[in-house]
This record gives sequence, structure tokens and C-alpha cells, in this order.
Amino acid sequence: MTSPALRVVAIAPGASLQDQGRVGGMALGVSRSGAADLIALHEGAALLSQPPGCAALEMPGAGGRFEVLRDIVVALTGASMPATCDGAALAWNASHHLRQGTVLEIGGARGGTYGYLHIGAGFDGPQMLGSRSQHVATGLFPALTAGAVLYAGTQTTKGGLTLDPADRWGGGTLRILPGFQTGLFPQDQQVRFASSAFRRDVRANRMGVRLIGDGDGFGTASGLSVLSEIVVPGDVQITGDGTPFILLNECQTTGGYPRIGTVLPCDLPRVAQAPAGAMFSFAFVTLDEAVSLDAAYRAHLAALPRQCRARIRDPHDIPDLLSYQLIGGVTAGDD
Amino acid sequence: MQSLAQISDFPSIQPMGVDGILVRFAGALNEPANRAALAFRAAVDRAGWSEVIETSSSLVSVYVRFDPHGVAHTAMAERLAGLLGAQDWFHAALPGGRRLVTIPTAYGSTLAPQLEEAATAAGVTPQEAIAQMSGTQVRVQTIGFAPGQPYLGALPDNWDIPRQTGLTPQVPAGALVVALRQFVLFSVAMPTGWRHVGQTAAPLFRPEADDPFLLRPGDEVRFDAVTPEAFDQLKRDPMGGVTLRGIA
Repeated sequence: MTSPALRVVAIAPGASLQDQGRVGGMALGVSRSGAADLIALHEGAALLSQPPGCAALEMPGAGGRFEVLRDIVVALTGASMPATCDGAALAWNASHHLRQGTVLEIGGARGGTYGYLHIGAGFDGPQMLGSRSQHVATGLFPALTAGAVLYAGTQTTKGGLTLDPADRWGGGTLRILPGFQTGLFPQDQQVRFASSAFRRDVRANRMGVRLIGDGDGFGTASGLSVLSEIVVPGDVQITGDGTPFILLNECQTTGGYPRIGTVLPCDLPRVAQAPAGAMFSFAFVTLDEAVSLDAAYRAHLAALPRQCRARIRDPHDIPDLLSYQLIGGVTAGDD
Repeated sequence: MQSLAQISDFPSIQPMGVDGILVRFAGALNEPANRAALAFRAAVDRAGWSEVIETSSSLVSVYVRFDPHGVAHTAMAERLAGLLGAQDWFHAALPGGRRLVTIPTAYGSTLAPQLEEAATAAGVTPQEAIAQMSGTQVRVQTIGFAPGQPYLGALPDNWDIPRQTGLTPQVPAGALVVALRQFVLFSVAMPTGWRHVGQTAAPLFRPEADDPFLLRPGDEVRFDAVTPEAFDQLKRDPMGGVTLRGIA
């Protein structure tokens, strides 16, 4: 059973419910979708002591204002955003108990791109192929707007936990596997690709992120006549203008642009979270290295619940500090 | 005579990302390779390997997503090679459960303004173009790019026409477009470089329905010609006048 938990008073454009995405839709043209930053999804689940399959609210660039309809526990992860409950600051990368009748406000990202609001027992919503992930452009499901009521199950946790997030806010080196079309690119281009620096363009969304290089573009002899083929998240396609475009979880299921390789899942949260202007480079890895890196990534996600610790309140986080009777019991000193 | 696909490096088995393998039957679209992709994907599904997460077929390939920590890439590639060797997939029977789907289509008029242009490119009159397109039973070669959106073929040789150089800013959902001996039937409104020759009211993707998808890979489709007036009536039918019948 789920019940109303939050009413949306205001919300950033593009905010959507996301879980780990759907399986089984590729053959029917349905994008996998799911959280752009799957590490953040797991961190939120860990802070709420619940399975990582729960749906969270993904907030690109900024959050919104939400009326709390009943006592709930929430967690905040991903790109850090200023958050308050009735004006009192809420720590990021932490879980909090919120009382019925209060107002939760989440502002603009201070680093990174996607912030996440998680709730005890997860947000409810329509499902397709076992997933609540929204893909509004294809009709899955109506966009969240002011006035919407978000439903959730009954939480079994109290909040008050925190963790230190893995640093993934500033670009870096992306590990990439060669694929069936890598060989379409001349050897010298492959070498140049792996030794070049790229800047994250302003053009980026849940489908993918465009990069800009300083040197010449990249391209294949067969150009744009490549047969349309299966596309998977992480694929780096070279578009008609010769620039790399890294596909994320909401990519289409097939595509006709040649792909120079596939970025490993462990590095995709860094791709999604990088702000415009962040610098990236690529390093080709072998299949064995890729499987090892993927195993380490999965182990990191599985270990997150053990890395949560009780949050100790910092005096700076207590807005009504002066109203506390901090000197009770102190005498005049003349007794 | 060997098909083109068989005298080259195909079929090939290659990794696709850390958790996938792509089995390709050709480098260009042809009927035997599409047949092989449809039949081989069904065979992988039937094999029921527990490490397989999801399969899909494109025009000439099969993608297998699996847990690389449950079975090594080399072991999965060996399994796939074994299955490939079990029969001649280029002449395999198509998977069972396919349907013949008849989709009423208004060709030309203001509903589909590029019929004449496409007919000229195909070297026929608009009337001959309608006769050829509505008279050809085409196969759903793959579904992709958008939910429920089919690529269908093959049309007669004279329809091997290129895409237009520019993009049409937008065609509506249900638009039937043509190029390269193929149709695409658009499930949502979008820009396209293919020529808009017909308009349908086919509900390709209904997220709220129990069975949201009208078509599946391997289905056969006929785009029967109807008048624009008849099309106006069909728009009121939730199924857009579409009929389905089992064929295999």
C-alpha cells in the first residue's frame, strides 16, 4: 500500500522518477532509462536501509518545493543542492525525518548535475516492464508538474544517517572498451582519440553528453552510411560533425552513427554528473580489465550500506541555536 | 548459390560493452541476414541460459546482454558459436507466433504530401506507387529507435531510393515513410529524412494498455490503401482499423 507523501509546489523542468531502469524493452524499441547517476540511487537506498530498486526523484540542475503530507524519511544524494525543511538546513548525502505539514525546499546544484530525493520505501508510480523510470518523450509517463502528488510506501527507517560520496563531479579519465565498429576508425584516429582532452559541452541530457575537442574531428571512411545497429548506454558515437557523444541510460535502442567504443558502467555516473566545461579523456581497456573494474564497481555499490554512519549534528546545521538553553545550570560564580 | 552474407566474415561474434555480445550476420541489410537475426534471437531465448539478461535483434544482428560475472565472455561466445553452428541460420524458418497485420493507409493527399516526390524517385506514377506499396506484404525487420517503431521491408527494387538531403521538420505519429526499399512507421511525431508517403492511425505504442505494442519483430504487414475520407473515420477507432491474424 502506498499513500500520498509529498505535494509538488514547484519543480525543476526535467525532474522525473527514476529507478534502475527496465529490462526487456530493447527488442520493442523501449529505452532502458533509469537514474543517470546509478551510484546516487544506491547511496540513497543505503541511507534509507532499503533495496536499490526503489524509485527516487531525479532533479537535473535544481530541485523544487514540496509540501510534506505525512511524517516521512527522505535521503538526499547526487549533485549537492542547498536543501531546507521549513527554513532549517538539511545536510546533503544524508537521511532526514520530516514532519507532516512542513515544506521541503531544494535549490540549484552547487557542483555536478543530477540531485536525487529518495523516500522511505521508494516513490510509487506507473510501471512498464517492471520499472517506474519515466521517459516522458516516449509517453512514459506524464511529466511531473506543480500540483502533482507523489506517493510512497511506508518507511521502516528513522533517518539520521550520512555517508561520504564517491567523487564524481569533475570529469576525468573514462575507461572505454573497443567495440565492433572501433575498427572502422583509422588506427591513427583511435590513438588520437585516446590521447586527446575533451570538454563537456553545454548540450547534454539524460540521453547523452556531447564533448568538444580542440583538434580535428573524428570520422570513418564509410561515414554516415553505416547500417543502423543496436545501441547500449556508454556507447561513444561520432556524429556527423566529428565530435564524440557519450550515450547514457536514456539512449535510443538503435542508431546509425559509428561508435568508437563503449564507456564502462562504472564511469557513466561521472559522465552524467560532469558540469559543462569539465574535462574528459579516454583510456581503452581490455575485456579482462573491464570485467575486473565492473566487479569492483558492483562491490562498491554493495558495500554502501556498511559505509553509512550516524550523522552528528554540526552546530552550523542548527538554525535556532540561540534558542537553546546552552548555559542552564551555570551559576553566578559567587556561591 | 551462396548468399552475400555467407561469403564474407559473417556471422561474427564480438563484445559490445562489458555485459554484452553482438552476433552479426551481415554488414548490410539483406533478407537472409534479417531472417537469421530473427531466428537466432528466438533460439537464444529458447536456450534459456540463466546468465542472459535480455536479447534484442536489429536488422541483421542479435544482441545478448548477460552477467559477465556469472559467465565469462569467452564462455558465452563459445555457447553462441555452438548455437550458430547448429544450423544454417540464413535459411532458417522464421520464429513462431508471427501475425499478418493489415494497416489501413491513406496514401498521398495533404495527409502524406511526399507521395509524388517519392514516386518520381522510384520511377513510377503516383498510382503505380500506391499499387506497389499497398500490394507488397512486408516484414517487421526490427523494432527500434522509439517504442514500438517498426522498420519494414523489403519493397521492390525500384524503391531503393535515397533519403532526402534535408530533414522534414516533423511528421505526425502514424506517418508511413519510405527510403532504401524500407518503410518506417513512426510511433511518435518526429523529424525525418525519409519521405512521408502515407498516413495511418495505427496505435503502435499505448503505454497504458495491457499489451502496449502492436507489432513484434517478424510480423508481416500490409498497408492497404484507403481514401482520405475513410481515414477520417478510422481516426475514431482506437485500433485505427488495424486487423491481426496469426500466420505461424
